[in-house]
Amino acid sequence: MSILDWFNKKEKPEQGIKKLDIPGDLWVKCYSCNSVLYLKDLVANSKVCLECQYHFRITPQERISYIFDHGSFTQNENQLKSIDFLNFSDTESYKKRLEKATKKSGSIDAFVSGKAMLSGQAVNVGIMDFSFMGGSMGSVVGESITRLIEMAIKNKLPLLIFTSSGGARMQEGILSLMQMAKTSAALSRLDSVGVPYISILCDPTTGGTSASFAMLGDIIMAEPGALIGFAGPRVIEQTIRQKLPKGFQRSEFLLEHGMIDMVVNRRELKDKLTLSVRLLSPKFSGKQGKR
Amino acid sequence: MIIKPLEFEKPIHDLYIKIDELKRLSQEGQVDLAQEIKKIETRAKTLKKEIFAHLTPQQILQIARHPNRPDSFSLANLICDDFIELHGDRHFRDDPSMIGGMGQIASHRVVIIGHQKGHDTKENIYRNFGMPHPEGYRKALRLMKLAEKFGLPIVTFIDTPGAYPGLGAEERGQSEAIARNLKEMTGIHVPIFSVVVGEGGSGGALGIGVANRIYMLEHSVYSVISPEGCASILFRDTDKADIAAEQLKLTAKDILELGVIDGIVKEPLGGGHHDWHCQAENIKKVILKDLASYKRKDTKEITEERYEKFRSFGKFMDESKTIKKGD
Ligand SMILES: [Zn+2]
Repeated sequence: MSILDWFNKKEKPEQGIKKLDIPGDLWVKCYSCNSVLYLKDLVANSKVCLECQYHFRITPQERISYIFDHGSFTQNENQLKSIDFLNFSDTESYKKRLEKATKKSGSIDAFVSGKAMLSGQAVNVGIMDFSFMGGSMGSVVGESITRLIEMAIKNKLPLLIFTSSGGARMQEGILSLMQMAKTSAALSRLDSVGVPYISILCDPTTGGTSASFAMLGDIIMAEPGALIGFAGPRVIEQTIRQKLPKGFQRSEFLLEHGMIDMVVNRRELKDKLTLSVRLLSPKFSGKQGKR
Repeated sequence: MIIKPLEFEKPIHDLYIKIDELKRLSQEGQVDLAQEIKKIETRAKTLKKEIFAHLTPQQILQIARHPNRPDSFSLANLICDDFIELHGDRHFRDDPSMIGGMGQIASHRVVIIGHQKGHDTKENIYRNFGMPHPEGYRKALRLMKLAEKFGLPIVTFIDTPGAYPGLGAEERGQSEAIARNLKEMTGIHVPIFSVVVGEGGSGGALGIGVANRIYMLEHSVYSVISPEGCASILFRDTDKADIAAEQLKLTAKDILELGVIDGIVKEPLGGGHHDWHCQAENIKKVILKDLASYKRKDTKEITEERYEKFRSFGKFMDESKTIKKGD
């Protein structure tokens, strides 16, 4: 299935959007400030609240349309499929969960990758899909990320990965944990060929994802207000038995503590990425590079 | 030393109490109970074998977490003829939940790094229950770089419930510290051998576990998440930890079957918590064999092997048709 099919079939309410019970479904309410927003305006604003700048969670397809040159995305069609090799079953079997997630998100797993043009410059792109089992990293996600990195090693084009994930996929046991090492190992090889890797942390990026490839970008950007951390806030609160301070583990907190390079509003992300890629790639062929 | 028995150890424990009693009686009185004692000793051993041959994942977890389980520092000292501890990450502080140092095992000089738990409450508070902060991982990396510089093979002992989930840990970049180790360990020029000696808890365990050869002690566990954590998140019921422990496939046998480790190191019958020396001796044998065989390997071979090992991890269906569809 190409990315276009996804665009066309997406009719159901998007992730992170609460539609109001008003005929026509034209209005949505902001989670953060409760403002009632005209859906068309919100979409035109890259799903950033016009009142409070709250960044709604978006699908990989939406992200592609906001960041990359129109129609330039080509998806890597590596048909990798997750399997329930542990016969894992909690309140529901992993098999069932996979089926449901596929139905809900329209994707095969929690990671979309391919090549796209960023202001005229070809780049390798990976985007995690939080709507697919919380963007969790199992064997398929780990393998897809590794293959994307290997593609970047080969084609020498800059690598951009947008993260949005709760961490490792527990249903795959120890092998999901090993994906952390696998993806990080691949990045050490990318280092040796001098290809820039920019990591863009989106809400949320925690656990095994943050403790591997997400925090290893040559440059790390984050969308405003994104939850980023190793342990989830609930686990920390239970451990230290106190309430967490406001803004703890949010993008701005990480910037302040020196963990990321910048917090970038989604509306400005394309420009910041373009400039960064241009400055790190001597052979930048994009429009911005030829001024 | 009397160790409080685990629930399933009680029948064995009771027999040993009886044996002690009989021994005392035959010493005090004139009765010769040697025959009787021998009989019970045989029975105890048989029972021990029987019980330990059929441990459930939950019971193995209890052994792996046993307060008297041999700790990394003691193992390092027992295995090495000489061991000298080194401290600090050179950035922030020395993390007592991650120990490290240099030592000599027979003719081999090595660097040993390990998570460090305590054996009682006081020690555990000092060691933070074996849960390192970022500075622990940075200390480990510093020592690995030291090993690399001087051509010393690295041995790591894994024994942690996980990296510490706390305020300072997050502020100082727990994620970054672990991620950095995963990446840097890939390229370290000297061989790395890891042994899960107790609890292999999640990313906090893996943070010193990117090795050429990985082993687990017979009654140790290695898991993406603790059974308790899994139960609370997936089962939404903390009482389901037993079921989670089974589902997660975290025992040495399971992990070997999944192809993640290279072998299982035998424990003394009844578990390592009863005999530290034997436990250390068993580990030493395995490490010595590897140290000898890796002496002949060159840097490229060592790093390639480690890379390929981790590159291969994962189970999935590949229906690649490599259709490239332009939009
Ligand atoms: Zn708002």
